[in-house]
Amino acid sequence: MRITQGCFSFLPDLTDEQITKQVQYCLENKWAVNFETTDDPHPRNTYWDLWGLPMFDLKDAAGVMMELAACRKANGGKYIRLSAFDSSHGWESVKLSFIVGRPASEDGFMLVRQEAGGRKLRYTTRSYATDKPEGQRYK
Amino acid sequence: MTDTAPTAELPAQVDLRAEFDSAGIADILASLDRELVGLVPVKTRIREISSLLLVEKVRKKFALSSEPPTLHMSFTGNPGTGKTTVALRMADILHKLGFVRRGHLVSVTRDDLVGQYIGHTAPKTKEILKKAMGGVLFIDEAYYLYRPENERDYGQEAIEILLQVMENHREDLVVILAGYADRMDKFFASNPGFRSRIAHHIDFPDYSDAELLKIAEILLAQQNYHLSPAARGALVTYIAARRQQPHFANARSIRNALDRARLRQANRIFDAGGAVGIDALSTIEAPDILASRVLQEATKG
Repeated sequence: MRITQGCFSFLPDLTDEQITKQVQYCLENKWAVNFETTDDPHPRNTYWDLWGLPMFDLKDAAGVMMELAACRKANGGKYIRLSAFDSSHGWESVKLSFIVGRPASEDGFMLVRQEAGGRKLRYTTRSYATDKPEGQRYK
Repeated sequence: MTDTAPTAELPAQVDLRAEFDSAGIADILASLDRELVGLVPVKTRIREISSLLLVEKVRKKFALSSEPPTLHMSFTGNPGTGKTTVALRMADILHKLGFVRRGHLVSVTRDDLVGQYIGHTAPKTKEILKKAMGGVLFIDEAYYLYRPENERDYGQEAIEILLQVMENHREDLVVILAGYADRMDKFFASNPGFRSRIAHHIDFPDYSDAELLKIAEILLAQQNYHLSPAARGALVTYIAARRQQPHFANARSIRNALDRARLRQANRIFDAGGAVGIDALSTIEAPDILASRVLQEATKG
């Protein structure tokens, strides 16, 4: 099941050329771009691992793309997300975020039903990938 | 630079002159001639590089495109010969011709590239390279990168990363190395990889006395000062005397001398007291220059 998180996630994956243009847009708005990776794609998992440092003061997207290539090389089978952070006063938050790398096959989520008191049912989702310990998923 | 024109619509002819004018290089080259005194070999070389790039751009229109040309350069010359100034112009020229996308200049020295402990250098160098992408990376006193006397020096690591990026990202950034001629020669001798990756070795000659005088006048005019005829004569003597002394740094020495002359001028006007006019405020007189330590010592000895 294809994960849909962040911008553009209902579109086909962006090509590198398209990512470059998005990054250039971010840089022209003076947003700092950074990459994060994870192998636990649950929508409530906001704690992805930061790759390197956020890149401030860049002028051209080529520098970011060089870092993306390095990140993909090191985190082949994982999810990679690009976030653009606006540090200007009053915003200080992420303005744009989208997925730029995903595993070849995505396991998807299991719907778990828990029977509670009375005839009540509690629903939750659980990623099949998290059956395995961290670091051994999506191999 | 996306060239999506189908081959069927190739232009029959391209007006080189129109291309030249539309790129706005004429303005830059003219201002180079106007604002930079002397430096004939440098200007000739910049002209050559500009024409090469222009022709390359036109060739692209005819779908004759070849490999992107290697544009990395090395500027060698004595202190104060205008290496940094020319590097700034170079970024502008390359940008107007479309060979670097943003046209900014990132000026660094060894401290910005080389780290202080193991594992510190690579991220530092890469960070600078990322900032310079799309523009020009100017490495001043580049020979400090390589320190043969210390085999555990991290400079070598920075050099390796630099070389790799210079080769693989040729269309993304232009690297300009600068430094004094003799030490740069030694640097290239011990890093043959660098020498072969740099296409343009440009040597900056020293300025003649007449050129230095012209520079002085331009510098003063920029700050709304001018020399009295007597002060002009004094400056000629000063330049000749300063050249004989150690640590002579061409235009930089002249700029410092002028700064000191302004100081003395201000002092003189202040001591004279009374009302001052615009003329007194903007004229450097002979005593302002003759009071210099350089000339005092020259007459003493």
